[in-house]
Amino acid sequence: MVQYFSSLDPSTLIKAFPGSIAQGMVWGVLALGVYITFRILDFADLTVDGSIAFGAAVCVMLIRAGITPVVATLISFMAGMVAGIITGLLTTLLGIPGILASILTQISLYSVNLHVMGQSNRPVSVDNYPLVVSLRYITGSTATSVLFFAGMIVFLILLICILYNFFGTEIGAAIRATGCNPNMARAQGINTGYIKVLTLGIANGLVGLSGALYSQFSGAADVNMGRGAIVIGLAAVIIGEVIFGKFASKRKAAFAWTMAAVICGSVIYYMVYQLVLWLKFPSEDMKLLTAVVVAAFLAIPYLKEKSSVKKGVAKHE
Amino acid sequence: MNKALELKSIHKVFNKGTVNEKVALNGLSIELDPGDFVTIIGGNGAGKSTMLNAIAGVWPVDSGNIIVNGEDITMLPEHKRAVYLGRVFQDPMTGTAATMDIEENMALAYRRGRKRTLKRGLTKEERDLFREKLSTLDLGLEDRMTTKVGLLSGGQRQAVTLLMASLKKPELLLLDEHTAALDPKTAAKVLEISDQIINEYHLTAMMVTHNMKDAIVHGNRLIMMNEGRIIYDVRGEEKKNLHVKDLLAKFEEVSGTEFANDRMMLS
Repeated sequence: MVQYFSSLDPSTLIKAFPGSIAQGMVWGVLALGVYITFRILDFADLTVDGSIAFGAAVCVMLIRAGITPVVATLISFMAGMVAGIITGLLTTLLGIPGILASILTQISLYSVNLHVMGQSNRPVSVDNYPLVVSLRYITGSTATSVLFFAGMIVFLILLICILYNFFGTEIGAAIRATGCNPNMARAQGINTGYIKVLTLGIANGLVGLSGALYSQFSGAADVNMGRGAIVIGLAAVIIGEVIFGKFASKRKAAFAWTMAAVICGSVIYYMVYQLVLWLKFPSEDMKLLTAVVVAAFLAIPYLKEKSSVKKGVAKHE
Repeated sequence: MNKALELKSIHKVFNKGTVNEKVALNGLSIELDPGDFVTIIGGNGAGKSTMLNAIAGVWPVDSGNIIVNGEDITMLPEHKRAVYLGRVFQDPMTGTAATMDIEENMALAYRRGRKRTLKRGLTKEERDLFREKLSTLDLGLEDRMTTKVGLLSGGQRQAVTLLMASLKKPELLLLDEHTAALDPKTAAKVLEISDQIINEYHLTAMMVTHNMKDAIVHGNRLIMMNEGRIIYDVRGEEKKNLHVKDLLAKFEEVSGTEFANDRMMLS
């Protein structure tokens, strides 16, 4: 025991935190996409696992082909969007159940990504290209590190502002209505099929964008990088809601605060991830741990309701 | 002048070719004049709600035509028919989006039949308009416009849904047992609001109800359905002078069965 604790070096943990925070911010963009489908549209979209790798693959290949990283990153947004739209069409036009439609897209993207990259992994080095984000900006000088975080925060705030305003438009309101009550939405003349396709497109666009940023951040695109991405995204959403949900919902512009909470959830996820690794938790068990945590938090509201019903029944007797 | 609604021998069979096959609408025809307020009664499975769902386009009909104010809408999908229709459902949860504010719900209804764009989903002028409309309900909701609809009582939600259905004047208002899930006092209030809105905006309306007395008191016309078609159609003075026992007798006479429905007998 003593030996275990003396082997832990707090300074390595502290040194690793900036990297985890940055990674959490990058994955926060994905978490926003997951929030949009899972919470707003009420659609369990597993396209995410494929579309993050798709965004990464497209971005890395474009950069390697000489396209400016900023432009390549934006094109990855569109690539992700296409993936989401395909899932949307599979479910609305062809009547395939939503979750299965998204799995079909996800699995097909695996092949597509291999074709895009020509092999399973493609590096993109910050030495050769002016990447938008990179872990090296953090491990480098303090100046580049500060610049990186400032830039990232401005970008995320901008993203939240855009999304906040978008969900306040007529189309945005139609998306929220479709997710909340599709029967009502149709009765109000909303084409819920079109709205579903559009929303899946936007959400997966964000996921593709996140993939583009992550590939640059980590210096490579990998065909397997999206495995379990949906679960990490859900974990971020849930952590954000559990910790900041009450705080966010009481504020003016609650939705903007909720999105910020989701991004914070993603950051916290990666900080805890780092902490758990630092505690020498075997890294091969991390996905299991994440899944257990997500399952537990998804179950809590349900179990709470069930127990309150039981209490209610007991009172009547 | 066009009829407000024409249904021409509508047929609809559910679960065709299975043991659960059910003829829901069997050559149903009816014409409504503009301004008609028709109450619809009938036993369980008579096709009352099915008729309203057929008009709303919840699913396509097998044959027949649905014509609203001269336009054939038989082939239009549900969301495109919404231009013509205001709808209120039996379950108060169905007509509104629970996680959205009262004013946001009304803004959604205010855009019924209009192309939705990237313009603001709710403007200041609209807010003033909605406040004014809500105050006519006399439920104090005009002061709670940013309350989530999910926090309202069933009666309040139905009142809001009614208001939403009339925000953009519909060619036809469909009320599908919209008071059935409410307690008697609230049901009476919601019915009063229904009358008020229908009169104020001169709407053509169809109201399915299980309450025979309500069916007699409200509207200018009453139809009784059985086995997917209309078996009794009465209007004007003759309708006003009806009694519940007349309706029961009529039902037995035409259908040859007892009007075996506890809910109707008790009400």
